[in-house]
Amino acid sequence: MIAHGRRVITDEMVAEIEALAPRYPDRRALVLPALHIVNRELRHVPLDAVVDVAAVLGLPPAEVQDTLTFYQFFHQAKPHGKVRAFVCRSISCALRGGDELLVELCRKHGVEPYGTTEDGSLTLEPAECLGACDFAPCILANDDLLKNLDPDSAAAALEEVKARAAAREDS
Amino acid sequence: MQPFKPVLLEAVGVPDGNTLASYRSRGGYAPLERILREQQPADIIEMVKASKLRGRGGAGFQAGLKWSFLPKDHPGPIYLCVNADESEPGTFNNRILMEDDPHQVLEGTMISAFATRATTAYIYLRYEYPHAWNRLQAAIDECYAAGLLGKNIQGSQFSLDIYLHRGAAAYICGEETGLIESLEGKRAWPRIKPPFPAIEGVFRKPTVVNNVETMACVAQIARRGVDWFTSIGVPADPDNPRDPGSYGPKLYCLSGHVEKPGCYEAPLGITARELIDGFGGGVWKGRRAKAVIPGGISMGLMTEAELDTPLDFKGPGTVGCMGLGTAAVVVIDETVSIVDFLHNSCRFFAHESCGQCTPCREGTSWSLRMLERIRAGKGRLKDLDILLELGNTMGMMPGSTICGLADGAAWPIKNAITKFRNEFEDYIKRTNPEGWMVTDPVPALQIVGAH
Ligand SMILES: Cc1cc2nc3c(=O)[nH]c(=O)nc-3n(C[C@H](O)[C@H](O)[C@H](O)COP(=O)(O)O)c2cc1C
Ligand code: SF4
Ligand code: FES
Repeated sequence: MIAHGRRVITDEMVAEIEALAPRYPDRRALVLPALHIVNRELRHVPLDAVVDVAAVLGLPPAEVQDTLTFYQFFHQAKPHGKVRAFVCRSISCALRGGDELLVELCRKHGVEPYGTTEDGSLTLEPAECLGACDFAPCILANDDLLKNLDPDSAAAALEEVKARAAAREDS
Repeated sequence: MQPFKPVLLEAVGVPDGNTLASYRSRGGYAPLERILREQQPADIIEMVKASKLRGRGGAGFQAGLKWSFLPKDHPGPIYLCVNADESEPGTFNNRILMEDDPHQVLEGTMISAFATRATTAYIYLRYEYPHAWNRLQAAIDECYAAGLLGKNIQGSQFSLDIYLHRGAAAYICGEETGLIESLEGKRAWPRIKPPFPAIEGVFRKPTVVNNVETMACVAQIARRGVDWFTSIGVPADPDNPRDPGSYGPKLYCLSGHVEKPGCYEAPLGITARELIDGFGGGVWKGRRAKAVIPGGISMGLMTEAELDTPLDFKGPGTVGCMGLGTAAVVVIDETVSIVDFLHNSCRFFAHESCGQCTPCREGTSWSLRMLERIRAGKGRLKDLDILLELGNTMGMMPGSTICGLADGAAWPIKNAITKFRNEFEDYIKRTNPEGWMVTDPVPALQIVGAH
């Protein structure tokens, strides 16, 4: 096991991971669930957390890192915004303005695609089909599906999700 | 169109239709309880075989036949993986089933687990479905509380646990062996087959992978009978002993340029035109369709003239598409440039290729680079031949890749260029009047991100 100075995952996270262990015959299957737990709490999975998760699961850190890097989903360098908005750009959404929606939202918030606003409130990411093509173009913002959007309604809906995320943070 | 009463979508719009009480009031779980009391796993495999149910996840393989490949008298464990990764562009019927009628999916899963002697079932659910996750988890909790899951269910000696497992936004996790690798905690790199999952799947044990809608069909076959199921759809061709037919109801997803996008249930074999006009309210804004995707973007394109093709397992293939796929019908109206369509398709597959096979990794990323160049006014007619060559050589069917993602990338390229060649040529000549005839190699405009 690699020793490192900063333990970033908490006892609560470890307990949550361990509670899932009986579901699988092999602890390696806990890699994705564990990364999701860390990501939910820290909004990214820094290298230190990879080492911690590996220690908990009894795996070499390289194996956890290998899995993590396959899924572009997990940010590693720095946390994503309190709201993470996936803007669909696949065919059904693109036919109804999905690409333009992403461009317009990025311009309005002064970020590049995959970027996070300076105040850390919002990350805007292109996404492939969200499985909600009946509501194209659409955005998944945290757990909220924002439907049938145009740039104005999207901006307004994102503000609401941001307000809810900020309220949760305060409570 | 004949009147057709939805069965798979029965709970849609029913208040609290997602609850156990509501599902039971519609007759749910009575079939499972009867099966646990009176029947043997082999009886259920026979029932599903007789129904000729073909998997709804894209490949259309007969479910009962797949189950019968499991080794006989295996000491276990055997695993059932329900494929809820649903990421094929245009497709959302699994989402609606899981959100609006999760118990129908669970009952199908339980009956399938009983038939295959699986004692653990994992539902591999894509990350982007938080609402479906909550609905399924609530339904699973209700089942444990009601004694429908767990040890020795209703004194039958049959035990089953169902667990949700969350994906992380990668299309390839829907490919059955990519799903298995991902579930094991690894990169979702599809495995070389054989061995097939039925022999060696997740955790190196015999495994069945089935789609969510397939599970819902199993529940309805158990409830309504084999004769009901085979009375719907398109019968097998009597002159072709290898044609298993297209039986049962199907969930068609309609999106893109239609007035009323949505998920509609119809007998297998409805034509694309009937679907678009009858359910979708026609092409939006009174326009004409230029092209229609018959079953998710991987299946390629039909032209307006091909819209009377029946959408059963055989139909799309008769007009050069790959197949029925996920039955996700996407309408592209006459104002859309086919160049833009193909760019979107190539971008998707370049992003989602897992990178293991050179023809797929390089082919998808180069096709995107070429489309970027064509759209930037630097296309050449020769590019169309190169794209076609790519389309004809990458994939499982030409035998150059491990999984079918590359075939799915190839089909839109092949169909778009062969069916709309004039439009590509006009576009290239118009946007590149100086250079369209050049045949020297040209550098890429930008490098596509690595995986
Ligand atoms: C690239 C690729 C992606 C796939 N994605 C899915 C998917 O999201 N959901 C699904 O059920 N099947 C998907 N499949 C098909 C599965 O490999 C498998 O055939 C299917 O889950 C089997 O279930 P069925 O027989 O019930 O249809 C995909 C196949 C390929 C090649
Ligand atoms: S065909 Fe493409 S997606 Fe499939 S295994 Fe090969 S590289 Fe990966
Ligand atoms: S294409 Fe955007 S949700 Fe399917």
